[in-house]
Amino acid sequence: MPLFLIAALPFLGALLPWLTIRASRSACAAGSAAFTAAALFGVLQHAPAVMAGQVVVWRMDWLPQAGLALSLRLDGLGLMFAGLILGIGLLIQLYARFYLSPADPMGRFYTFLMLFQGAMLGIVLSGNILMMAVFWEMTSLSSFLLIGYWRHLPAGRQGARMALAVTGAGGLAMLAGLILLGQVAGSYELSEILTKGEVIKASPLYLPILLLILLGAFTKSAQFPFHFWLPQAMAAPTPVSAYLHSATMVKAGLFLMARLWPVLAGTPEWSALVSGAGLVTMVLGAGVALFRTDLKAILAYSTVSHLGLITFLLGLGTEAAAAAAMVHILAHASFKAALFMLAGIVDHEAHTRDIRRLGGLRRLMPLTFALALVATLSMAGIPPLNGFLSKELMLEAASGSGGLVALAALFGAALSVAYCLRFLIGTFLGPRRDAFPHPPHDPGPGLWAAPAVLVVLVMATGLFPMTLLAPVADVAAAAVTGVPQHLHLALWHGLEPAALWMSLAAIGAGLAIWGLWPRLAALPAVPEAKTIYDWKISTLVALSRGVNRLADHGRLAPPLAIASLTILAVGLGAFLTGSHTPGNRALTAIEPATFTGFVLLVAATLGTVAFHRQRLLSLLLIGIAGLMISAFFAWAAAPDLALTQITVEVVTVLLMLLSLSFLPVTTPAESPLPRRLRDGLIAGAVGLGAAALAYALLVRDFAFPSISAFHLANSKPGAGGTNAVNTIIVDFRGYDTFGEIIVLGIAALVIFALAESLLAPGSANDRLLARRPDPTRAGDRHPMMLVVVTRFLLPIAIMVGVYIYLRGHNLPGGGFVAGLVIAIAFLLQYLASGHGWTEAHQRVNHHALIGAGVLVASATGIGAWFAGRPFLTSAYGYIHLPPLEEFEWATAAAFDLGVFLCVLGAVMLALASLSRLAQRGGERPAERAHDVLAEEAEN
Amino acid sequence: MELLLAAAIGLLTAGGIYLILRLRTFPVILGLSLLSYACNLFIFAAGRLAPGLTPIIHKGAEGYTDPLPQALVLTAIVISFGMTAVLVMLAIGGHLGGGDDKVDTGVDLNK
Repeated sequence: MPLFLIAALPFLGALLPWLTIRASRSACAAGSAAFTAAALFGVLQHAPAVMAGQVVVWRMDWLPQAGLALSLRLDGLGLMFAGLILGIGLLIQLYARFYLSPADPMGRFYTFLMLFQGAMLGIVLSGNILMMAVFWEMTSLSSFLLIGYWRHLPAGRQGARMALAVTGAGGLAMLAGLILLGQVAGSYELSEILTKGEVIKASPLYLPILLLILLGAFTKSAQFPFHFWLPQAMAAPTPVSAYLHSATMVKAGLFLMARLWPVLAGTPEWSALVSGAGLVTMVLGAGVALFRTDLKAILAYSTVSHLGLITFLLGLGTEAAAAAAMVHILAHASFKAALFMLAGIVDHEAHTRDIRRLGGLRRLMPLTFALALVATLSMAGIPPLNGFLSKELMLEAASGSGGLVALAALFGAALSVAYCLRFLIGTFLGPRRDAFPHPPHDPGPGLWAAPAVLVVLVMATGLFPMTLLAPVADVAAAAVTGVPQHLHLALWHGLEPAALWMSLAAIGAGLAIWGLWPRLAALPAVPEAKTIYDWKISTLVALSRGVNRLADHGRLAPPLAIASLTILAVGLGAFLTGSHTPGNRALTAIEPATFTGFVLLVAATLGTVAFHRQRLLSLLLIGIAGLMISAFFAWAAAPDLALTQITVEVVTVLLMLLSLSFLPVTTPAESPLPRRLRDGLIAGAVGLGAAALAYALLVRDFAFPSISAFHLANSKPGAGGTNAVNTIIVDFRGYDTFGEIIVLGIAALVIFALAESLLAPGSANDRLLARRPDPTRAGDRHPMMLVVVTRFLLPIAIMVGVYIYLRGHNLPGGGFVAGLVIAIAFLLQYLASGHGWTEAHQRVNHHALIGAGVLVASATGIGAWFAGRPFLTSAYGYIHLPPLEEFEWATAAAFDLGVFLCVLGAVMLALASLSRLAQRGGERPAERAHDVLAEEAEN
Repeated sequence: MELLLAAAIGLLTAGGIYLILRLRTFPVILGLSLLSYACNLFIFAAGRLAPGLTPIIHKGAEGYTDPLPQALVLTAIVISFGMTAVLVMLAIGGHLGGGDDKVDTGVDLNK
């Protein structure tokens, strides 16, 4: 199976729950598990080659100029992580099926889980560090969704937000570090970077790179001082905690440190930062875990501590320590996932996770107790379990790096023995209690099967480490260090090694700490990191509020005025400081007709402004201004524009007229004179600037040849049309037009949605229902003359529209104008005969028209692919049908048909939405009595 | 004619700016319409004036007017209709839902 398919499978699986959840919850779980299993199978197919030391690669260039390639690689480290992500993923999918209650939306859970799984798999399979950063951010986002899955719980939402803020911020720092790293290494490909260790360590940018990348790794892997988000994320459903905090999300930071180990590790800076942070985190996490009372909180802090342990090992910089880190990653994933699931079972059965309310469960839940016993002892590092092996390796590594470090490591190990005892004794041992919120008993196999598999693994890998554990850890460690590794794992190394005595000491000290527990429990509580975090966040929010307050007061005019004046100032500055040629282009003469038009335009514009408080009058005046502009276009050799302007003008005025039935008819005089003067000054200055700029432009020739000559020269031979404006719209710049009709369609849908929301029960709807049209203004609602004339006009208008559409490619016209003309013909029916009649006779749905338009345009564009051309390449030819003259056809005409349909649908939908408001507020379909013709027909 | 066109653009801009600084929705929409006229004329002006010439390819033509600004303005006219329609709907919604047609919320959103 190619790596690309393996990486894509979880994402494909994420699409599935949406469908399968309709069948059943089991189908949903099984469907997504099938994709995980398939991906796991694909990974295992490559396993023999990888175990033999090969690196499997898959590559496709995407943006080679930016160093971006879709490049995937699977080596030993990737194999180990991919196996963990997919293997534990499968168990989680099984467990979650039985854990989630029927009230939880399960389809959503599996979609999020698969997204997260795909993102994690993407990180470990990435062969390009930029791509890895993308997947990294994707894990932050999808884990946010998973942690906040129970969106009704405030703790869930807060935990999710905190996880996103911390890991997201770290991810940004890491991206910066990775970009620097790529710059220094000269490539973003991992295979290249891993060979450039010496160059990178010698670079002056080494320290910034290291710090930025470590920020990413530490936040993700919850290292001190960024550890606090992990316990807060425990508000997530337990399957999520078990997955994210054992095998996947928090291991991503470890993966990153391991992945870049050859190029970053081994320097004093690396050792101090990484092993220091790891050691502190290990001791701190274990110490806090001891004092928690929530089972999941104990496990969360224990995870923090174990992550610290692995970080510490990676930080030591020796090959043996790196290999030990790999062993502990495997061991921790197995026992911690099992423990989270078992804690979930206790919660599920007893309805509480508070250790103070639990106890004595060994008799009530013997199976759960047995599984928990093995997993906890492994976590405590007791032989013969896998946790013992890795803890011994850690103590061995620590004993080699100085007395203080060894002592700290020993202390951490002892604390972990103590909290393991507390976890086990507090939950399962002790006297049997009866006061549980719910009588607990062992769950069905659906819940215990997954942890049982892991517990079996914990024991098997502990007993037969050289067969089961060492080979995988060896190839992973070889991939990390670049040198073949041969771990020697055994439960018994004889009496000499220091690690044995340290292990024994840790167990003894742990027992001693547990013995002191009653006194320790009385210690004052340490301050919660969450309070500090909350304080920082609220300070930041207050700061940005302050900045916002400077700019925004909920008023529209000030920002508009400032923006206008700024544009004026920038334009003026550019004109005064920039260089320009003198304006000596020959002027065109002023003719009496155009001068008259100009005077009318000036009068209409001034009138619109002067009488803007009388809304109907100002609407009529602005209509005159629009009319003059279309006349100007006709004069200035732009027939297409003249047609479009005049039809749009009609539609716009109709729309605004309709809107006036819902708005006040006059604007109250509110602005005092000084304000009007100030606004007038601003407007005058900006208008003067615009006029000056336009004049300066008009009297100069082009500074450099424009691309219009190309369009004119290629209009006929290239696009098969003689109307250069239309060929630009449907062919040369067809992509723009394609986007444009989609925008227009969306605008119409927005209008429809707004109308719907106004018609929904609420204050707007009440006002509509209470509204009664003014009878003195309404007059005769459907004058018979108008009804007869418009119905007679409809077929003629449609014919004209079709004609305009057909001639568009060669003569003025085209889809835009045709759509508008036919829309106007239909709108006249609304005006003359009423909404009720028109809607009763309307067979075509406006939404469908918009959809059809976009589909026709897309299909035309896609058609070009079949000819091996890029999207929207047009073709044309000539057809001769016997009775007709030879005529030309072009695929661009089909595209224009899409434009036509979309414009028609959009305009109709916009106005129909408005008329639905009118219908609600007075005119109802029942009022068809006004429809004279229908009455006659009925008689 | 260039002078008249420039003056018209300036006047439409000034009128538009004055109206968008008003306090009620309807004049603001009118102002945006005037500004759209001004912008469309300005884009058209970028092709310079060539009355008497056409953008239609035909034999024996002395020259053509610039078709590119025309195509851009054509689509701009249609889009400005879409924009106006959305604004009108928002204005109606604001008036019916909020009880008045003021453009200012009167509420400091930051509080």
